[in-house]
Amino acid sequence: MPVADCIRTAWWAILSIKDEVGVGVSVGEKKDITKVQELVYEMKVDQVMARDIITVSPDDLMSKLRELLRDKHISGVPVVRDKRLIGMVSIEDFIKCLAEGKMDSPVKDRMSYDVETLYDNEPLVRAVEEFNRLGYGRFPVISRGDGNLVGIITKGDIIRGLLKKMEIDYHEEEIHRYRASHFFEDIIADKTTLIFQYKVVGKDFNRAGETSSGLKKTLRRMGMSPKIIRRVAIATYEAEMNLVVFTDGGEITAQVTPSEIKIEVVDEGPGIPDIKKAMEPGFSTAPDWIRELGFGAGMGLSNIHKCADVMHLESTVGKGTRLEIAVHLNDKENRASEEDS
Amino acid sequence: MLLKKIVEELGLQVKVAGEGLTNQVTGAYVSDLLSDVMANSKEGELWITLQVHPNIIAVATLKELSGIILVNSRQPEEETLKKAEEEQIPIITTELPTFQLAGRLFNLIGEC
Repeated sequence: MPVADCIRTAWWAILSIKDEVGVGVSVGEKKDITKVQELVYEMKVDQVMARDIITVSPDDLMSKLRELLRDKHISGVPVVRDKRLIGMVSIEDFIKCLAEGKMDSPVKDRMSYDVETLYDNEPLVRAVEEFNRLGYGRFPVISRGDGNLVGIITKGDIIRGLLKKMEIDYHEEEIHRYRASHFFEDIIADKTTLIFQYKVVGKDFNRAGETSSGLKKTLRRMGMSPKIIRRVAIATYEAEMNLVVFTDGGEITAQVTPSEIKIEVVDEGPGIPDIKKAMEPGFSTAPDWIRELGFGAGMGLSNIHKCADVMHLESTVGKGTRLEIAVHLNDKENRASEEDS
Repeated sequence: MLLKKIVEELGLQVKVAGEGLTNQVTGAYVSDLLSDVMANSKEGELWITLQVHPNIIAVATLKELSGIILVNSRQPEEETLKKAEEEQIPIITTELPTFQLAGRLFNLIGEC
């Protein structure tokens, strides 16, 4: 298939994907979001646009366009003064000028001043809509920060950008899957469990967070999916902070099996008198000086609850607390909980 | 937008940067409660806060934030700077109060 046809086909695919989501409909409400749908909302114009732009000055003569249009195979050139876009001059303007035999007139007399633009930090979905609405072949891209011309974007750029990003993501995902699956496959046993143990020192705010950071890095090296890692990291961080703030220290154990990550947090601290109350978002028993540091917002346990598939908390006042959570690695459940996050 | 560009546009002071100045900033989150940031900030966002203790680096690392802006001329603790360098989390300071900084940042990067 010729390149132009490929681009046309891909473009219609993107348009139909965009329409499925529907403008104005929150993405979160849709259950099945394809990767492309996600990407056109996530990626910004400046991630796909061409930065290396050919421009002309308004005082250049139309005859200068002859070489530009021919050598660079382009059909329109932005007209720029002091990095600011002031208009566009197209191949049509050039042909008209040629027909009238006025090739020695300056660009500023022949260009169009009324130009539609896009901002560099707009999501791609906006660009897709604008291409569709106005039917233009290209949009100059303006920096939202300083108003200068920073690039130019075509439908081809969008398609190339999306394909490249998908390829990178797919490649990363492949590596992740390969490593994670092989890790367990290479071990010969009826049941495999990897155990990571961490000691948390109480009241040591300088080292607070080391356990959750360490576990996060470990899981990443194992090639776990980023969404899973994020949930485990948040839950472990909150549990770790509880140990630091309220106890003289404790132990955090992570057990990784092919089907789940189980985190066990045990301390011999003061215990929780009323677990139900402690679970309420905003309820906190932290002293003022701890709150001033930004801890003790009363959101810890509810954050843990949100991130975990299973949560079990038991506590005896004066004896200690034991928290068990599990995050399932089963694909289907992950996808369901990913959309909440 | 690149963090570097935001620093230039808003005239902020960089305390620790490393390679972080080329981080792509996807938005920002304003909060001084660590659990709130853990729960609600998103990867790639800049975090605007007045907390200066080392734990902010743990939070920023875990959430993969693009950097931390300390407001009201607040200076990071020694240990915070050390951890920031280790984890390559940019620390940036400004004399502006939270409201002014957030407002200017919003005008610059818009509703991400």
